[in-house]
Amino acid sequence: MKVLAAMSGGVDSAVAAARAVEAGHEVVGVHLALSRNAGTLRTGSRGCCTIEDSMDAQRAANLLGIPFYVWDFSEKFKAEVVDDFIAEYSAGRTPNPCMRCNERIKFAALLEKALALGFDAVATGHYAEVREGESGSLELHRSPALAKDQSYVLGVLTAEELKHVMFPIGASADKASVRAEADARGLSVANKPDSYDICFIPEGDTQDWLADKVGVAPGAIVDRDGSVLGQHQGAHGYTVGQRKGLNIGRPAIDGKPRYVLEIRPKENTVVVGPQEALAIAELAGSRYTWCGLGPVDESSWFDCHVQVRAHGDALEAAAAVIDGELVIRLNEPVYGVAPGQTAVLYLGSRVLGQTTIDRTVSAVDNPVLAGKNVGANA
Amino acid sequence: MGTYLDHAATTPLRPSVVALMTQSLLTQGNASSVHSFGQRARQVVEQAREDIAASLTADRNEVIFTSGGTEADNLAIQGLYSSRNRGDEFKRPIVISAATEHHAVLEPIEWLVANRGAQVHLLQTDINGHISLTELEQFLAQNAAEVALISLMWVNNETGVIQDIPAISRLAERFDVPVHSDAVAALGHMPVDFAASGLAAMSITGHKIGGPVGQGALLVSRKTKLDPIFHGGGHERGMRPGTLDPAGSSALALAVKSAVADLPAEVGAWLELNRRVVEGVASAVPEAILVAGELEVVSERVPNIVDFIFPGCSGDSLLFLLDACGVAVSNGSACTAGVTSASHVLLAMGYSQRDASSCVRVSLGHTSTESDIDAFLQYLPEAYERAKAAGFTS
Repeated sequence: MKVLAAMSGGVDSAVAAARAVEAGHEVVGVHLALSRNAGTLRTGSRGCCTIEDSMDAQRAANLLGIPFYVWDFSEKFKAEVVDDFIAEYSAGRTPNPCMRCNERIKFAALLEKALALGFDAVATGHYAEVREGESGSLELHRSPALAKDQSYVLGVLTAEELKHVMFPIGASADKASVRAEADARGLSVANKPDSYDICFIPEGDTQDWLADKVGVAPGAIVDRDGSVLGQHQGAHGYTVGQRKGLNIGRPAIDGKPRYVLEIRPKENTVVVGPQEALAIAELAGSRYTWCGLGPVDESSWFDCHVQVRAHGDALEAAAAVIDGELVIRLNEPVYGVAPGQTAVLYLGSRVLGQTTIDRTVSAVDNPVLAGKNVGANA
Repeated sequence: MGTYLDHAATTPLRPSVVALMTQSLLTQGNASSVHSFGQRARQVVEQAREDIAASLTADRNEVIFTSGGTEADNLAIQGLYSSRNRGDEFKRPIVISAATEHHAVLEPIEWLVANRGAQVHLLQTDINGHISLTELEQFLAQNAAEVALISLMWVNNETGVIQDIPAISRLAERFDVPVHSDAVAALGHMPVDFAASGLAAMSITGHKIGGPVGQGALLVSRKTKLDPIFHGGGHERGMRPGTLDPAGSSALALAVKSAVADLPAEVGAWLELNRRVVEGVASAVPEAILVAGELEVVSERVPNIVDFIFPGCSGDSLLFLLDACGVAVSNGSACTAGVTSASHVLLAMGYSQRDASSCVRVSLGHTSTESDIDAFLQYLPEAYERAKAAGFTS
């Protein structure tokens, strides 16, 4: 097969490319330039956006003896990922930019370009497995390296995309073995630190960066009945479920800690309350996709597990598509889930599908959050 | 082996240059030493200087060896700016240039603006990349007293368009403003006469004419004052200190001599190949646009560079697909990270962002043959169709 190896400059994608070469594929390495103003050297734990990362990727490709190119996706990345990130935060939601990047850049724009240019597949260094299921269709499964498992952020892949992706290191037992393999292959990126921060935000400065982009104005921190409890320095700085850093002088009447329940960007207020008010019984979203074969009858309730964070637990749930929305009912309440996050459904280790969460339903009987929460446990 | 059509980036070393350089590398001694070893090394360097001067109609004292075109451009621009403003607290802050220039000219100017109080005046260019002498004259008439220098390239490295440098020099001389020209793409591809050009300074480099990378020169006219940009042992009239390099200098000199001597014959050969590319592309991809195509080849455009816009496809896709077929062309200038961006030259000439992202440059050299062109033309139609299907990503 003709395989395009997306090479970030990190160890995982370098070993993935090496394995694709070894499997006998005709491999071409491509580094995606995602930032218009790429820095010269890598700083901290950001990945893939500096010239150093690009050079690391090129170095690995040269050692593997494969052609290497840099493709400029910066404009698309800005429009589809960075602007989306800012817009979601401005709307009081909590987006996952890596997911957007997979959905719209790596396995959309890049894959489309690769197929148009004559490639059969795009290989990346993600930790997840594509397997053939019993019916003969392709399925996405968790990586055996559970600590590194990235199936959650790949939940956006569709059946058609699964046919054209390869995760050559997806079945690796752990990261250490991948590093050891890189070292044995003489790849100089073997000891390069992992990246885990958001690549387009300067090191550790998410709040400052956001403040710069979305504008910042002090506003009120209120409780559920609207009483003002304190001031915040910009609503974007808070996430639903957050407990620390609220700086409310007065303790709650019951003495229990208070949590961020909701961010209301239009009113520039942050709503806080007791932890139980964060308990969510139901999630729903209309922007859902199936990762390969979907349920036989998506309108009937089926049992599954749901994961709402990249490294969160898989929780027991039932799901069904009702009136164009994928509705997910949790067996036990989940805390601190916010619209904008992605819910990924699993059947055992298999990724079934995903949706961006549009709305949540509180698990407590008397919902207090105006507008958003419609009814308790139905 | 593949097909190499990117000679304007770097052209292969001439075998004669390899032989001479290999031999010269064994020259023993420091050319600045007083003893006979030093004198023999010095002889190699000074012979090289004289040969270059003779080939370009210059005085041997006017040849300042550098590490290449970028250093020569920096030395000229920073050195002229500094000498023209010596003790004057930047009384002549204006540097005149054009947006179609190479980054080796634009970036030193930007540096002067950011760090040395310079002001840049970029001349407009027409769709062919020509500046307007009238506009330049009007600007000089009003501002000459505040102008430090003019820097305009003789031949554009992406489009091959020739700027009328002698006319610009004559005009500037009336206002007593020195002119520097980056002649890197001109040398070996059109007649270059330093004395007749009237230039104060002119940059050349070896690797575009069959010489080694890392060997270049700045020609500085005897009457021009130019400050060094780095400091040391006073070599090269104090303008460019650093241990003299007998092997590199002699290799550069032989490349210059050969390129100039071969020029009449090469022009004929390139003209033939040029026609073959242009006609072949016109029939294979009729919608392709030949940049500055209305200009006369040889007199207004060097014959070894042909720049096309392939509408509707990204130039880097086309480059990738042709490379996969073993055909090496260029999109113009790629930055350090290897990202091909829209050509700043085409943008400056007035082409749209899309067109400037859709260009492919075919450039010829002393080893080019008809079969190179035929290989390019053979793979082009399918590559174009595929590249169009892949669309734009940036």
